[in-house]
Amino acid sequence: MKAYRLLLALALLGAFTVVRAELSIQITQGVDDPIPIAVAPFRASGIGVGAEDVARVVAENLEQAGVFQVLGRDSLLSMPSEQSEVFFRDWRMLAQDYLLVGQVSGERGSQLVRVQYEFFDVNRELLLAGEVLGGNISQLRDIGHEIANVVYEQVTGVRGAFTTQILYVVAEEADDGTSFRLEKADYDGRRAQTLLRSQEPIMSPSWSPDGSEVAYVSFETELPRIYIQNIATGQRRQVTNYPGINSSPVWSPDGTKLAMVLSKDGSPDIYVQDLRSNELRKITDHPAIDTEPSWAPDGKSIVFMSDRTGQPQIYQTGLDAGALSLERLTYDCFQCAKARFLPDGVNLVHVRRETRQSPSYQIAIINIETLRLITLTDTALDESPSLAPNGSMILYATKFEGRGVLDAVSIDGRVKFRLPSTRGDVREPAWSPFLN
Amino acid sequence: MGTQSYSIFKAALLASALALFVACSSTGDATGDEQQAAAGAGDAGSSGGAAGAGSSGSSVQIGGTGAGETAPLTQEQAEREEALRTTVFYFDFDVAEFRADDRQTLAHHARDLAASPDRRIRLEGHADERGTREYNLALGERRANGILNYLIVNGASREQIQVVSYGEERPAEMGESEQAYAANRRVEIVE
Repeated sequence: MKAYRLLLALALLGAFTVVRAELSIQITQGVDDPIPIAVAPFRASGIGVGAEDVARVVAENLEQAGVFQVLGRDSLLSMPSEQSEVFFRDWRMLAQDYLLVGQVSGERGSQLVRVQYEFFDVNRELLLAGEVLGGNISQLRDIGHEIANVVYEQVTGVRGAFTTQILYVVAEEADDGTSFRLEKADYDGRRAQTLLRSQEPIMSPSWSPDGSEVAYVSFETELPRIYIQNIATGQRRQVTNYPGINSSPVWSPDGTKLAMVLSKDGSPDIYVQDLRSNELRKITDHPAIDTEPSWAPDGKSIVFMSDRTGQPQIYQTGLDAGALSLERLTYDCFQCAKARFLPDGVNLVHVRRETRQSPSYQIAIINIETLRLITLTDTALDESPSLAPNGSMILYATKFEGRGVLDAVSIDGRVKFRLPSTRGDVREPAWSPFLN
Repeated sequence: MGTQSYSIFKAALLASALALFVACSSTGDATGDEQQAAAGAGDAGSSGGAAGAGSSGSSVQIGGTGAGETAPLTQEQAEREEALRTTVFYFDFDVAEFRADDRQTLAHHARDLAASPDRRIRLEGHADERGTREYNLALGERRANGILNYLIVNGASREQIQVVSYGEERPAEMGESEQAYAANRRVEIVE
């Protein structure tokens, strides 16, 4: 049952990055019937008192997922750290369904640590999972996220996204004008690093499917141009230099192409550029605004927004070599925009303004076959939805007390949490793919 | 933002043309109202900010300060100088076409460009924060292009003018008020 895994070089390159004021999660809404789970503090030996509290990291992750209620440490009747110390009756008395125990051990003078954990079904008195994880002491947070992934998947059957990361843009007023930063952080806003800093706007960060690169728009030449940057090395290259708007870069699911918006022919249209041959293919050709491309999960079609009927609506176009098919997907909203598919390829996350008279922009999901609609948010200026790679949560930008912040909502609307910003306007979140 | 539908568009155009005649009958400048193209949005209840911004653009009403004592400017010269000092043009909500009462001012800019072929300008288009960022980026370009085309039609050369849209990324005024929104829906002429 126990396996040994080494966390591979998660060490983050600090050469070109600066740790910034951090975001941290606040849960604003959870489910009504959360699953009770106990996380005993991990017994520590041979590591300093300042080391990361792995059990607390796991507990926070599970709370943030919204579907768990983690038993407070004050309520523990015992503190087992391995199976032989677990008395299931105690945990049943505390009405806990699941129990996580573990221990962290290091050797003096060494940076290497071992984390052993065991995860139990209390009612069935069953060991569900357990392993020994090894790594550097600086990776204890990562190890905590790994364990949270296992627990989450054991209970919900869905792969955990606690080891994923997010990109976002921060705009901050300073004496010499607004400064813009492209930042990367853990999914929970911790350990933020700056990937790019500029006095000119930065827009539309987008992950490559393997998580190694980011494409974005930078105005650093005083014109919007698309760049691709390697996240680990910081190396980057300018991808486009066409007249007019160059924006909205989005990687194809196989990572070989970049969908984008160019207005070089007079109005914004959707294009696909092959990243190996640099061949550019025009996908839409209309004098109205076509923008916000997003790939269907199978890579065979693109959804985009167009105001060709007067207001933004969502369309889908096939990419078959012959004739490009075109289908309008939304009808019953004043504006529908910024669409992206859930992994099922049928449900479409989008930004929605219902009527001209109700000027709120909200995050919603529409099933394009049944047209069933779920509106997930109720604030006024919600935009830039980005989906967790396990399809469980949507991260989006909204306003709170006059500032841009990032909120997340589960795709059933039951769970909400917020990553408050300490400084500046935070916007345009992009949730990473699975990174391991 | 864009026009809603052509029938509404036309209705609004008629309405705004009428409004124009009533509002600025003194200028005698109500010809060719296709440039106005209020596109239905301005009169759909969301136009609250329009007045504030429009007047702030022309609030630099200098009118030839102390012109009487020094060499008197002709009225045309004074008009021209004031027009060239106006470099920010405001837009109604959801509308990409510049306002009809900016037409004279822009014509002066166009003639000035035509008279000085070495002059280069940049048209920077902006939008308020409502609506998605990419759409606002496109909308800012559409606004700037409207002015670009008008300058060219009136004598400027395409090579003299660069267009760039900042969408909602460079607001002139922070905040979520109608006044801030109105101040942010603009095209700036930058030397």
